[in-house]
Amino acid sequence: MSTVIITAIVITLVGAVVGVALVYTGKKFRVEVDQREVEVRACLPGNNCGACGFAGCDAMAAAIVAGDAPTNGCPVGGQGVADKISAVMGVAAGTAEKKVAFVRCKGNCNVTSNQANYVGIQDCRSAVLSGISITSCDFGCLGLGSCVSVCPEHAISVKDGVAVVNRAKCIGCGLCAKACPKGLIELIPVNNYVAVQCSNKDKGPQVKKVCSAGCIGCMLCTKQCEFDAIHVENNLARIDYSKCTQCGKCAEKCPVKVITIKG
Amino acid sequence: MGVTFRGGVHPKGFKELSCALPLQKFDAKGEFAIPLSQGIGKPAKPVVSKGDTVLVGQIIAQADGFVSSNVASSCSGTVKAIEKRRTISGLAAECIVIENDGQYTPVEGLGKREDLNTLSNADIIEKVKYAGIIGLGGAGFPTYLKLSPKNPDAIRYIIANGAECEPYITCNDQLMQSEPEGILEGIEIILRLFPNAQGVVAIEDNKPQAIESMRKALEKRPSKERISILPMKTKYPQGGERSLIAAIAGVNYPITSLPADVGCIVQNVGTIYAIWRAVEYNEPLFRHVLTVTGDAVKQPGNFLVPDGMLVSELVEACGGIKEGVTLKKSLAGGPMMGFAMTSLDVPVVKTTNAVTLMAEDEVEEAEKLLTNCLHCGRCSKVCPQGLVPQLMADAVHVGDLERYEFKLYGLECISCGSCTYICPAKRPLTQVFKQTKAEIMAAKRAKAGSK
Repeated sequence: MSTVIITAIVITLVGAVVGVALVYTGKKFRVEVDQREVEVRACLPGNNCGACGFAGCDAMAAAIVAGDAPTNGCPVGGQGVADKISAVMGVAAGTAEKKVAFVRCKGNCNVTSNQANYVGIQDCRSAVLSGISITSCDFGCLGLGSCVSVCPEHAISVKDGVAVVNRAKCIGCGLCAKACPKGLIELIPVNNYVAVQCSNKDKGPQVKKVCSAGCIGCMLCTKQCEFDAIHVENNLARIDYSKCTQCGKCAEKCPVKVITIKG
Repeated sequence: MGVTFRGGVHPKGFKELSCALPLQKFDAKGEFAIPLSQGIGKPAKPVVSKGDTVLVGQIIAQADGFVSSNVASSCSGTVKAIEKRRTISGLAAECIVIENDGQYTPVEGLGKREDLNTLSNADIIEKVKYAGIIGLGGAGFPTYLKLSPKNPDAIRYIIANGAECEPYITCNDQLMQSEPEGILEGIEIILRLFPNAQGVVAIEDNKPQAIESMRKALEKRPSKERISILPMKTKYPQGGERSLIAAIAGVNYPITSLPADVGCIVQNVGTIYAIWRAVEYNEPLFRHVLTVTGDAVKQPGNFLVPDGMLVSELVEACGGIKEGVTLKKSLAGGPMMGFAMTSLDVPVVKTTNAVTLMAEDEVEEAEKLLTNCLHCGRCSKVCPQGLVPQLMADAVHVGDLERYEFKLYGLECISCGSCTYICPAKRPLTQVFKQTKAEIMAAKRAKAGSK
C-alpha cells in the first residue's frame, strides 16, 4: 500500500515542479508572434504549392505581414483570399484574378506525326536536350509529361500525346508552365474559354505540313473580332484576355478550329 | 604505352570498317542547303539574296556579333531561297539554299598563295576569322576567339588533337596520313602567335600509320625542335580537351576556367588543317573531313565533303544501305558523343565529322535491361573527371540539387558518356546529368537575370 502512496506523492511533486518550470520558461522565453500572421495564414488555402515564390503558406503569410509580398500574391486563392487578407492587413485589395493553366497545343496523335522514335528518359526536358524534335511540329507538345509530374493537384494529364488540363482541379499555381520546356502552358483567367490552342510560329503552308490542327495565321479571327482582342503576331493568333468578351465569333470563323470555345 | 589520363573506358573501336580507306574529295551534284548557324553562337547574317550567283569560297553570310562565324559557299550556282529547313540537329533553322551548277567555279583569289613571312599576327587572326573557322572537334566554338587569349605569352602548349577516341570515326586518321605537312604548317602558324608555346600532336596509339606519317613529315620541317608527336594510350575520352590537358600538361582545372587559363590551346587536327588553308591559301572553311561508317552502310569511306550537301546524297554515294539490313539508327558523329538524326535529308555542317549508320539500336536494347543501381562503383572508376556518378544520380533522384552542385561537383561533368557505357545496370546516367546541369544553369541564368 505504501508503494502506491509514495508513487503518488513523487509524481505529484514532479508534476508540480515541472509545471512551475514550464510556466516560468513559457513566460521568460516567449516569442512575440504577430497575431496578423496567424490570421493571414488562416486565410491562405494551405496547399503549400509554392507557386507564390515562397516556401509554403506559412512563409507566404510571414512575407505578407513583413510587407515582402502583396496581399493578392496567392495565385491559388484568387480574389476571395486576397480580399480576406487585405481586410486583415487593413489595406485595399489589389485585383487578383483566379487563373488556370492552358496548354497552347492541340497536336495530338491524330493531327501530327512522330518523326523520331525517342528512347531514353521519359521526360520532356530530357527529350528537348537531345536536340531532336520528336513530333513533326517543332513547337508542339511532346507528350512525355514533365507538367504531369510537377502538378500538385493531378490536374494535368497527357491524352493522345498532348497535355490536357482539368480546369475543375487546376489551382493555377503555374508550376506546369515553368516545367514545360516548350513554353506551351500559360495561365489564363478561369472564366475565359476562348483561347488559341497552338504555338506554331511558322508560316501557314509549313504549319499545314506538320499538323492539320495548327494555327495558319490567316487573320480571319482578327477581322471577326469587334473588340480588338485577337491579333496575329509571328503567324500566330494571340488573344488579349483583358479585352476578350468571349463572344466566340473568332472561333466560329477559324478554318482550322484551333480556337476553343468551351472547356 | 602512351601517356594518358585517369579513368576512361575502352569501347570497341570498329575503326577497321573504314580506317584503311583513303580520303576522297567528294563533289556533290545535288542541291545545297547551308545553315547560317553551324556551331556555337549567333547565326550569321546572309549577305546574298534570292537569285544571286555565288561561287565556291564566297562569303555568303557574315558573322553577327562576337561569338559567331562567317559562312562560305561550298559550291557554285544560284541562290534559290533563304528559308527554314530541317537541319542535322532535327530542328528547323534558317538555311541558304543553293541550286548547284556542278561546276565548282572558285571565287577570285581562292587558293592564291600568301607569303607567310609578310603576315603579322593580327593578319593571321583576321584571316582565321574571315574564313569562318570553328572547332571541328564537335562544339564548333569560333577558332579566332580561341587563338586570341588574354595573355598569349602564358600559353605553354599548343595541342593538335588527333586522338580520335570516338569509336567508328577514322577521317582524322586519314587526314594525318594524307596531309601531315598541312597540319604541321598549321601548327607552325599557331606557334607564331604564341612565342613560349610548344606544339604537341596527340595521336592515339591505335593509329600507327598516322603517327609514322606525322613523324616523317616532321623530320623535314624547320620547326622540328618546337613540335613533338606524342602517341597516347587508346582510351575514351582521350580526345576530350580536359583529358588531353591532364595527360600532356598534367593539369586538372575547374569547368569554369578555359584551357587558355592553364596555358593550353587544344585544336582538332582538322581545324589546324583549315587554319593552314585559310592563312596560306585564303581558303574559307567550306570543306572538311567526314567518315561514313557503321554496320548498315554498304561501302564505308572517308571523304572531304563540302558543307551544306545532303547526308542522303553522301550515303547514296556509299552504295546506300546494305541489302537485307534495316537502318535502325543514324547518328551524326560517333556512338559516344554523336546525336541521332531523324532523317538523312539534312545538310552536312562544319561540325559533322561522321555519319554512323547502325543496323541495331543499342539504346533501345539497353533500356529493356535497365535495373536499379548495383553500387558496383565502376562509374566512379571510369569517370575522367573523378566524379561519383552513382551518388550524383541519387542526389538528382531525391531532388537535392544543392548536394549535386556543391558536394558532388556535378557541374564538372563533361557528358562524355563513360559512366553510362560501363554501367552494368544500364542506367542512363549521362542523360540525367545533362538534364540536371541544364536545369541548374537555367536557374542560375534566371537568378542573374532577375537581379
